[in-house]
Amino acid sequence: MSQLLLMFFEFFKVGLFAVGGGLATIPFLTELAERYHWFTIEMLSSMIAVSESTPGPIGVNMATYVGFHIGGIIGGITTTIGLVAPSVIVICIVAKILKKFKESEVIQSLFYGLRPAVAALIVTAASGIFISSLLHMDADSQNPFAYINYIAVALFVLCYLINRKYKPHPIFIICLMAVVGIVLQL
Amino acid sequence: MSEYLTLFTTFFKLGGFTFGGGYAMLPLIQKEIVEKHKWASEEEIMDYYAVAQCTPGVIAVNVATFVGFYRKGILGAIIATFGVIFPSLIIIMLIASLLQNFAQYPIVQHALAGIQIAVCVLVFQAIIKLAKNGIRDQFGWCVFGAVLLLSYFTSVSTVMIVVLAGISGIVMVKLRKGASA
Repeated sequence: MSQLLLMFFEFFKVGLFAVGGGLATIPFLTELAERYHWFTIEMLSSMIAVSESTPGPIGVNMATYVGFHIGGIIGGITTTIGLVAPSVIVICIVAKILKKFKESEVIQSLFYGLRPAVAALIVTAASGIFISSLLHMDADSQNPFAYINYIAVALFVLCYLINRKYKPHPIFIICLMAVVGIVLQL
Repeated sequence: MSEYLTLFTTFFKLGGFTFGGGYAMLPLIQKEIVEKHKWASEEEIMDYYAVAQCTPGVIAVNVATFVGFYRKGILGAIIATFGVIFPSLIIIMLIASLLQNFAQYPIVQHALAGIQIAVCVLVFQAIIKLAKNGIRDQFGWCVFGAVLLLSYFTSVSTVMIVVLAGISGIVMVKLRKGASA
């Protein structure tokens, strides 16, 4: 029982202090590995690999994996709830305040500056996946064209055109491309 | 009751098909939350992302909590959050107990390579949509450009960038008012 409480408390702290998304939790998890010996650093890297290759927010996947490893199903639920509890508390408070002052000029002009910034931050966050999936970063050549993953770029264009013309549900595109990836051995 | 159930199932879907960080959830949010259920406008989603960037926690979870709270208060927030984390709980526990080297299977890697291209396309379109709605004038493009430069080439933290952008919005509106008065 005290172990579960400790796990909840530790992941509550991670959720509270890891600002900026799932990958921000990794340094905290490294520290947990060193302090409690719940898991090793080597295991952490395989947990990251699984978390990145399964659906769901990466931070949540990591918390579930670590918790499950330490304490089975109950452990996984405990750490995951611990991780998201601070978010729920903080966001509910912020949402309530925002609702109250939504019409105020200061809040309006605040978001007038924030919206373009958010668009830019999403571009930055997404650029990693664009580079890793559309380019061959490991190509070792003087020729800049050697770095382009032509098959991936062709599929990107094709997928874009299908998406524009038929406007399918994003889930359809994701499933379709998973099958394409397996068939073409991407 | 049914509204709570819809909140849960909608966010369950989002959690189950988000590959990557919070940004990867954006296309699904636009489709399900903005277009289908009309629970929030495109601008409101941007506002939630802005707050989610500089509050603690996983961004996708923060956005879910936001939408849930505005639909159905605190219970709505909890249910939406639970919906978004539920697929992770099931999938990760299954993999951790059955297929520890899941990420190394060739079939998984091929599927993921395909999925990543899909995510690129979806996020690309989501960003265009976002830019159309959120960047309305020259000031907006200046902020957009400045934030891109800051986040790529400096180590200024995201929280700092968000704070600066917010202040610049307030200052800009004040300046305009001063000029027109």
